[in-house]
Amino acid sequence: MQHDDVIWDIIGNTQFCSFKVKTKSQNFCRNEYNITGLCNRSSCPLANSQYATIREEKGQCFLYMKVIERAAFPARMWEKVKLSKNYEKALEQIDENLIYWPRFIRHKCKQRFTKITQYLIRMRKLVLKRQRKLVPLSRKVETRERRKEEKALIAAQLDNAIEKELLERLKQGTYGDIYNFPVHAFDRALEQQDQESESEEEEEEEEDDEKDVGQREFVAEEEVEESDLSDFEDMNKLRTSSDEEEQDESSEEEDEEEMEVQTKASRSKGKSPANGSAARKKRAYVEIEYEQETEPASKSRAT
Amino acid sequence: HSATSCFTGGEYGKKAKKKSAEVDGEGSAVEEKKMVKSELAVAFPPTFSVSEIKNKQRRHFMFMKLKQEKRKQKMQLRKKRRKEREALGDKAPPKEVPKTIENQRVYDETTVDPEDEEIAFDEGTDEFSAYFNGLTNPKVLITTSDRPRGRTVRFCEQLATVIPNAHVYYRRGLALKRIIPQCVARNFTYLMVINEDRQVPNGMVLCHLPNGPTAHFKVSSVRLRKEMKRRGKNPTEHYPEVILNNFTTRLGHTIGRLFAALFPQEPHFVGRQVATFHNQRDFIFFRFHRYIFKNEKKVGIQELGPRFTLKLRSLQKGTFDSKYGEYEWVMKRHEMEACRRKFQL
Repeated sequence: MQHDDVIWDIIGNTQFCSFKVKTKSQNFCRNEYNITGLCNRSSCPLANSQYATIREEKGQCFLYMKVIERAAFPARMWEKVKLSKNYEKALEQIDENLIYWPRFIRHKCKQRFTKITQYLIRMRKLVLKRQRKLVPLSRKVETRERRKEEKALIAAQLDNAIEKELLERLKQGTYGDIYNFPVHAFDRALEQQDQESESEEEEEEEEDDEKDVGQREFVAEEEVEESDLSDFEDMNKLRTSSDEEEQDESSEEEDEEEMEVQTKASRSKGKSPANGSAARKKRAYVEIEYEQETEPASKSRAT
Repeated sequence: HSATSCFTGGEYGKKAKKKSAEVDGEGSAVEEKKMVKSELAVAFPPTFSVSEIKNKQRRHFMFMKLKQEKRKQKMQLRKKRRKEREALGDKAPPKEVPKTIENQRVYDETTVDPEDEEIAFDEGTDEFSAYFNGLTNPKVLITTSDRPRGRTVRFCEQLATVIPNAHVYYRRGLALKRIIPQCVARNFTYLMVINEDRQVPNGMVLCHLPNGPTAHFKVSSVRLRKEMKRRGKNPTEHYPEVILNNFTTRLGHTIGRLFAALFPQEPHFVGRQVATFHNQRDFIFFRFHRYIFKNEKKVGIQELGPRFTLKLRSLQKGTFDSKYGEYEWVMKRHEMEACRRKFQL
């Protein structure tokens, strides 16, 4: 016999119901014939012998009804009525089939039917819109690609490549006249013209340096130079021969360097070694000056 | 005896040999060791391999010894070679260049020869010819996939500052095929769609507009401006210069022109900004720098702008049409990535 209250006493509160899902605030019912989805005395399909639901199958809605007369025949228990596709007509159908049924079930059936039609409409709309295609990634492939990218980045040496390219463009003159250190276009032109004699120039300069070692040229241009020269003359009297030679060299070169520094010609290829040596010798010159200042004092004291 | 008979040959045999060597060695420990070593060098059967020793400690020991031997031999070889080189002086053979993947690259028959006339003719009449002949100015529309997240949005904004004459539009769920005719009507030359996944940009569709090719890239390693160290101030409105490196094959050429046509033909040298697309092993690295020439031999560069890497996935003729479009080139991983020294771009 079908005793709803007894069934509810057992499955509802005290003992186990396999369809019940318990959460913190509420209990849900996983039974597929449940009309509201909650676990209640009035919504439990097991604990109500007169029950009705709406279920949807492939876009078609059906009204399922269960009465106590068929409780003994589980195979025939649920009566299935196909509802019309028209919303209003379907509601009328529900009303017609569930006439004289409890208000709760009628109301809930209509609510459920409304919800189902709404989600079916949305599904149909979504299909028309653009779908997002999910492409599965293989982890192995992704890690491999990442590693290859890192290695490629290291091999690329981007900064160097960019700098080289920019310098190339500068050399080829794509920037026109904007940059002016292309050191004095005429010097460059000279360089380009006399590519052969560049090495000659170097040699010449070195020769010049060595030629002028013994010779003294009196160039009346800068006060500094004159004073230097005079100092050097003094020094030459006082110092030993080796020192004199050094001083001469440095003085001559220093004169040359000074002149050239003033005109600011820095021919890169020919000049850089010479410049380096000049820098070194300039430093030496400074030291000599210092000694120069002290020397006469010592000398005077000595004598 | 039965115990020993179990360990015939193999590990025990060698150990026995070693022990016998030790026993037979002379009094002093050093000489013993030397004896052991020479014994070892001689006594190994040719099929000996370190991995067959079952005992972990001994195996480790033998392996270390093996390594030391190899290292010593290598050092000796190096010294010898260096001595020979010094001895020969000028006549020494030139130093050998180490093998790199770029050196060993499989020769691609589609590599573009600079003087090739056919290619020059092709390029004179392809879809970019209008741009390269100065007839059109680039105008870029940047958009994203649906519902972009913050990172993608910021990336798009930064791209728009880097590419002159670029506009960012919010994609309101519109279909690309519907946007394209509208863009063409408004004289856009490029449509760039940044695809997003998990809040991060990961794909780019670059469509040259009137009827030009559509390239689909995979985007990775996106660094936004504020994530860059030692970066400069924001890019100005000046048109940047473009550097395209290493686009050698025919496909690479097409892609290179695709990138070149993004930027206006006349760069503002006053702005001193340069956008670089550098291709290395099929990865295209994008960088945006500001440069300054310190003298004619040195240039300093300072990175502004976002950086990202691209990898070409497919190149389709005509505007975006994934279903019915004609694909000029599609990345087929199993065929193309099988050989490590073969690259497409």
